[in-house]
Amino acid sequence: MTALVIAEPHGDTLADATLSAVTAATKLDDEVHIFVAGSQGAADAAARIAGVSKVLHADGDAYAHMLAENVAPLIVSLMDGYDAVLAPATTTGKNVLPRVAAKLDVMQVSDIISVEGPKTFTRPIYAGNAIATVESSDPKLVITVRTTAFDKAEAEGGSASIEAVSGEGAAGISEFVKLDAVESERPELTSASVVVSGGRALKDAETFEQYITPLADKLGAAIGASRAAVDAGYVPNDYQVGQTGKIVAPEVYIAVGISGAIQHLAGMKDSKVIIAINKDPDAPIFQVADLGLVADLYNAVPELTEKL
Amino acid sequence: MKILVPVKRVIDYNVKPRVKADGSGVDLANVKMSMNPFDEIAVEEALKLKEAGKAEEVVAVSIGPAKAQETLRTALAMGADRAILVETDDAVEPLAVAKILKAVAEEEEPGIVMLGKQAIDDDSNQTGQMLAALMDRPQGTFASKVEIEGDSVSVTREVDGGLETVKLTLPAIITTDLRLNEPRYATLPNIMKAKKKPLDTKTPADYGVDTAARLTTTNVSEPPVRQAGEIVEDVDALVAKLKSMGVA
Ligand SMILES: Cc1cc2nc3c(=O)[nH]c(=O)nc-3n(C[C@H](O)[C@H](O)[C@H](O)COP(=O)(O)OP(=O)(O)OC[C@H]3O[C@@H](n4cnc5c(N)ncnc54)[C@H](O)[C@@H]3O)c2cc1C
Repeated sequence: MTALVIAEPHGDTLADATLSAVTAATKLDDEVHIFVAGSQGAADAAARIAGVSKVLHADGDAYAHMLAENVAPLIVSLMDGYDAVLAPATTTGKNVLPRVAAKLDVMQVSDIISVEGPKTFTRPIYAGNAIATVESSDPKLVITVRTTAFDKAEAEGGSASIEAVSGEGAAGISEFVKLDAVESERPELTSASVVVSGGRALKDAETFEQYITPLADKLGAAIGASRAAVDAGYVPNDYQVGQTGKIVAPEVYIAVGISGAIQHLAGMKDSKVIIAINKDPDAPIFQVADLGLVADLYNAVPELTEKL
Repeated sequence: MKILVPVKRVIDYNVKPRVKADGSGVDLANVKMSMNPFDEIAVEEALKLKEAGKAEEVVAVSIGPAKAQETLRTALAMGADRAILVETDDAVEPLAVAKILKAVAEEEEPGIVMLGKQAIDDDSNQTGQMLAALMDRPQGTFASKVEIEGDSVSVTREVDGGLETVKLTLPAIITTDLRLNEPRYATLPNIMKAKKKPLDTKTPADYGVDTAARLTTTNVSEPPVRQAGEIVEDVDALVAKLKSMGVA
């Protein structure tokens, strides 16, 4: 049988999250096809992914921004040939795929972290405080994939054919207006090997920048934050790590002035090594940290940055 | 315009969930339950739109056990005008919830259905999108700003790459993210007043919806526990550790 993966286009290429969804798909089906709404470059990138045998490419303005109202009906129309459709659990995947599931009258399995059988998966619930094993009884599977739980498929080495697909185009009920993106030279938060995150203790945007950025620069790290830091406007929303923000699992996660609320831990506790700097020895973050330093960050962080 | 706000009764976000020893689920006996935090944000946004003269009525709806009445009373105490409880003791999956909400929406004809983006118990993040699909309505998910402009609504969405703005034709479905607003607390006089506000009780069968589960949960287990590591003495010790791990 064949699985269809919904790619996450990123300009003329694909977001890495796509590669993890491909790996999850190969655990389900022998053959993997991939749907790309967007540029030719993104479709070409999809064709080069190892293990993908066909690319379905939807071109045109209506599909350019992955508007769920336009893309979901097209994906639904393609599903006759597939027994499963998977998307990375990014904001794009989470937006589009339940719309596909409902049209297929299928109960989606969200955010899987393992494939246990042909229709059996595990997924975190309650902010990752419990892991549920669920079995689907639906004729088709609709799945979003927690990208940190699956290795990335090889981005090169494949030579899939590219087939153009088209549907009704614009549904006429929604319109893309703009994307305010925060451009950055840094590694992307969800795929970086080192992440430095700051919390409420950083006081304001300038202080956050002054203390966290040099440390991150030194380590070639991505920058993350707690909800409290985002709410207070120290950093943009897409820095939030946690149950309801981004899920990260880098080699090294450094939490600076973050208490370690369960909602924050949900987004980073699968990191390989966790380092915490906090002046409160009882902060819950120390219960999950491999290395803890009880110190005032305003002294410790500059010193650390200098000595690294 | 009317706004329909679905609210869910869930474990309070301050409570650490405990997995039952027999693997059948999370222990909710004697655990504090509250309105799902994202739904509080949805109620707040609906009330704000009403206060700004953009909506006339806010109707809260919950699908769940008799106790979900408390959650609806909270919505009423915050300021919702009336409530509907679709009572069932079954664990209703997002797809079936979306079907019930569709039936309710067909009766109520709201201009906006405002939902939380996810419930903090099953963390599915699906119901709003599914409702939008079933009703063929546009969806503004993960909203951090909502502005009604005539017969359309502009929604700013928190996405992985930043903030995306979409324009949707009303009627529309909106799901709320954390930074949309700060929900108000219900004051004591309003809690008293809420007791007199109308609360209708229905069942899924009234709407002809089959709530049989499509997913069977065969086991619920604790995640692997991380062991606390070591507390290092000072920055030098931390640097040495980091170097030995090859990080620096
Ligand atoms: C529905 C919902 C969803 C949520 N989702 C998320 C989410 O996705 N991600 C998330 O992060 N949170 C989330 N939260 C919020 C979460 O509950 C916490 O409120 C938040 O994580 C706290 O952020 P913080 O650790 O930065 O702040 P605090 O808890 O205030 O901690 C600040 C820490 O800094 C330390 N500190 C202060 N000054 C210094 C100093 N000079 N030097 C060193 N240390 C210092 C303090 O000891 C303290 O431990 C959510 C909450 C809800 C209700």
